[in-house]
This record gives sequence, C-alpha cells and structure tokens, in this order.
Amino acid sequence: MQAEFKILAPTAILGYGFPIKSFEAGLTESPDIIAVDGGSTDPGPYYLGSGKSFTDREAVKRDLRLIIRGSQKLDIPVLVGTAGGSGANSHLNWTEEIVQELASEEGWNLKVALIGSQFDKEYLKRKLTAGEISPLAPAAEIKAADIDNSTNIVGQMGIEPIMEVLDTKPDVVLCGRAYDPTVFAAPAIKAGFKPGLAFHLGKILECASIAADPGSGSDCMLGTLKEDSFILKPLNQKRRCTVTSVAAHTLYEKADPYHLTGPGGEIDLTDTEFKAISDREVEVKGSKFIPAETYTIKLEGAELVGYRTISLAGVRDPIMISQLDDILDSIRAMVRDNFDDLNEDDYQLIFKKYGQDGVMGELEPNRDQPVNYELGLVIEAIAKTQELADTICSFTRSSLLHYGYKGRKATAGNLAFPYSPSDFRGGEVYSFSLHHLLEVDDPIKPFNAEIREFKGGN
Amino acid sequence: MGQKLIDLADVVRSKNAGPYELTIDIIFDNIEDYNLVKEKAVITREKIAKLYQVPLADVKDVIHFEPARAIKVTLKRPIPAGSPGERDVYGAQQHAPLLDLEL
Repeated sequence: MQAEFKILAPTAILGYGFPIKSFEAGLTESPDIIAVDGGSTDPGPYYLGSGKSFTDREAVKRDLRLIIRGSQKLDIPVLVGTAGGSGANSHLNWTEEIVQELASEEGWNLKVALIGSQFDKEYLKRKLTAGEISPLAPAAEIKAADIDNSTNIVGQMGIEPIMEVLDTKPDVVLCGRAYDPTVFAAPAIKAGFKPGLAFHLGKILECASIAADPGSGSDCMLGTLKEDSFILKPLNQKRRCTVTSVAAHTLYEKADPYHLTGPGGEIDLTDTEFKAISDREVEVKGSKFIPAETYTIKLEGAELVGYRTISLAGVRDPIMISQLDDILDSIRAMVRDNFDDLNEDDYQLIFKKYGQDGVMGELEPNRDQPVNYELGLVIEAIAKTQELADTICSFTRSSLLHYGYKGRKATAGNLAFPYSPSDFRGGEVYSFSLHHLLEVDDPIKPFNAEIREFKGGN
Repeated sequence: MGQKLIDLADVVRSKNAGPYELTIDIIFDNIEDYNLVKEKAVITREKIAKLYQVPLADVKDVIHFEPARAIKVTLKRPIPAGSPGERDVYGAQQHAPLLDLEL
C-alpha cells in the first residue's frame, strides 16, 4: 500500500470557480485524484423537481476544462459527485454533454464513467409495500401516490458503485446523486486507507476551502491521507487551516457533529483529535467508520405544487403600516369573494412583509413590535396554473393599491411599485416530497453505471 | 449591564441541516468564554423553544463540541426549505435573535 494518498479539491461546488494559481499549486503536490462535489439540496426543491441545474453552464464548463486539463497532465482521474446539482438523469446528462464538448474542443480522448442515481418509481413502490422505505425524521410517512407525484427521485450513492467503476480506469467519473464525501473517500478506501479517516476527510474536502480561515467556497484545498491521520492544507497562501476552522467545519450543516450518518454507516468523531502541525496545516486523527447493520440509501424527491406569480411593492405611509395586517386580511376576503367559484386548494395567496417578519415569519420574536417607517411587501400567488397565479396576483395587487382603509389620507394609492411591469412570473413551484431511507441488500445494484469513450483527439 | 451572546461569541450562524431542519452553531474563540456560556446554560432546549416560539418537541438536544469550542442546537423548520410560504431557503438568516441572549 502507498504511504500517502493526496486529494485535490478545487472548489466547493463545480461551477463556483477557483483561482488558477491555487489549482496549479495543487497540481505540483502530485495529487492521486481531483475530486469535486457538484451539488446540494440547499438551493431548494426546484432544481431536483425541474431537472435543471442551479449552477451556470458556462461556469461549470470553465471549471471542468481546467480540472480535466490538469488531470490529463498528471494522468490521474477526476471524480464529480452529484453532477448537475441534484443528480437526476437530466442533471447527469447535462454534465456529460459539457464533458463531451470539452473533449472535442480540447482534443482529449476520455473514458468517462457515468453512475446514474435516478430511481424507478415502480421499484420504489414495491419497496414501500415491503416496508423498506422509512421517513428520515422530521419527514412524514409517504404513500405510493407521493412517489407517483414526484417528478424526480434520486438516491444518494455510497462509495461502492464508485469503487466498482474505478476498476475500468476511467479518466472522469460523473456520479448522479452521491453522499458528499464519497467521491473523495472511494478512491482512497479502494487504495487501502481507513474508511473513518477517508470519509471524514471527504466531508471536509467537499467544501474545499470553506474549512480554511478566511474561508472560501471558491478556492482549492489539499487533503493528504496517511495510515492513521489526514492533513489539510489550503492551496492559496492567503488562507490557513487552524484547529478551530477545521473543527468548526465539522459542525457545518449537520445536526450532530459526533455522528455523521451516510450510506452504509456513520462517521464517528467521538475520539477525533485536531492538531496544528504548522501555522497553516492541521492534522486529524481518531475518526472511525461504524458500518450499519442494514445498508440504507437516502432518497430525495420533489413534486410540482403549482405555479408562482409575485408582485413587489413598498409601503411608506404610517397610517397604512399601522393597520397592515387588518388590511391584508380584508384583501384576502375580497379575493375569495371575487373568485368564489375557485376551491381553496386552487391557489394560495401569501404576503411577505419585509421590515416586520419577512425573513423569519412565525419564528420572528419581534413580529408584534411596531415596525419601522417603511415596509417591503411581496405579494405571492401560487396556483394550479400559471394563468391563475397571474390572475390572483394581479387582482390582489390592484385591490391593495386602491383599498380604502380606515383614516386614509393617501387616497391616490397605497403601494410604491419599483418596477413596470409590477408582476413577475416565477414559474413552476416544487416541494420536497421524499426525504426517506431505502433499505438495500446490494449497495451497487440500484445505481446504473455506464462507460463512454469520448474521442476528441486522433 | 448584562453581557450578551453577541459580546462573547466569535460565530453565531444558522443553516439547513437537510430541508427539514435548521441547525444553529455558536462558536467561541477561547475556551473560557465557551465554558462560561456552557456552565451558565445560556443555550437550552427550553430557551430556544421560547425564543423561536416553537414546541419544545421541535428542538433537539443541545450539543457541546469542545474541539471547536462550539455549541450546537437543531430545530425543526416550520415549513420545509423552499416549500410555499417558506422564507429562507438556505436557512442562513435565522440566527439573529440569539445575538441578544443574555448571559
């Protein structure tokens, strides 16, 4: 077994960019792989539901061009996790197409492994009936209809499907939805390194330099795995890794920093130690991987819930501001009355009052306090068709503009519109529909791997 | 005058921990302040439930993570990230009420 395994993590999300100088500093370290996470559920359900990427195509292409060029120079593989942002087939194909374009533009001959993570609905319904799908709290139990209503359902792969395709010696591995640390950990574990350390390193590297000080999601980090520890080093001289920056990152986006659950088991950090070994490098020891009794895959799904139209307006009149909640209740009643042929579930009318509780809603401790001298108002209609959302938003906006509230002095109009047109179509609205665990016997079989050859050169 | 969390903490942040939960991190730059806030039980499930006006059952146990001198608490989102009516898709601006917590 080799003594060290070096992983170059160029950026926190493919498409977020990185300085060329940092990346080149990473290449001079002779890394064994370049790995990068391509996605997240953080941007919300729209991207999984619609099958579109939340990252920009040109930005992803720029990053991939530099990454693959660097990997070809060193003859090492590139691994991309959650390609295209959410890991459905359309996201994976979108990324594949970019790689194919690059191969032809740059004259590269690339062997590309694709690992699909979109799940068949009939298969999932059988698993549901068999009691092998359970909610991941606080998500609720689902019915077969929830599976049918989801536009895309993906499952987070573990290291096993990735380790399997590495046997074919690919230049590029594009994964659908993958547990974030896997693209970093799988090649290292395959090379014989300890899973607990490899997973923990992967958990940090998937955010690249966010774990450094100052942190950045658009800069490169090097991880060096050894037999009993790993070392983190930012590749931009302006950044340092400190015990605090690395330990604090372990908390990031997780409910419990001691037990990080993933496909096939959990990373146990109970005995983890962080030690500064220079003024900008940190060594981590003691992280363990505890295999689960039953192998589970996390499922994510999103369903279409309607179409959105919004209108933005400002309110400056103190008399209006002092009665706003009552006024909005009256407007709701007017809308209901005017469209009394519609059912309650045909549309939702939502008001967001920025300056009062726009950011936190019902979590806002100060929502009953008097508000400042002006308020920003978002009028939002979500309806079963785009046209109905337009209608509800438009009627609400015009009714509110001219509503005669008690004591009104400003009889010419109640709202300041910053734009003409005042209303904006937001398009399809999705909600997360699945956040569940699927029990499997085989961690590889549910993920469909294919090998493609892109011939760009002679 | 009573000291507030904003005076002592180096980092006070909120973020999604998956689409259904918000996780709050309070990080100190020295062990004395971390221990002071820990010993005074400034962050408890009950206080978080009261501050955010949510049922106690929606707040998970407070976790102390000494390697980072950090205190973590996670609560259930009233509306999952990005669903109709929700207001902070990344959950990144739900920390502010904590800044004024008194020691």
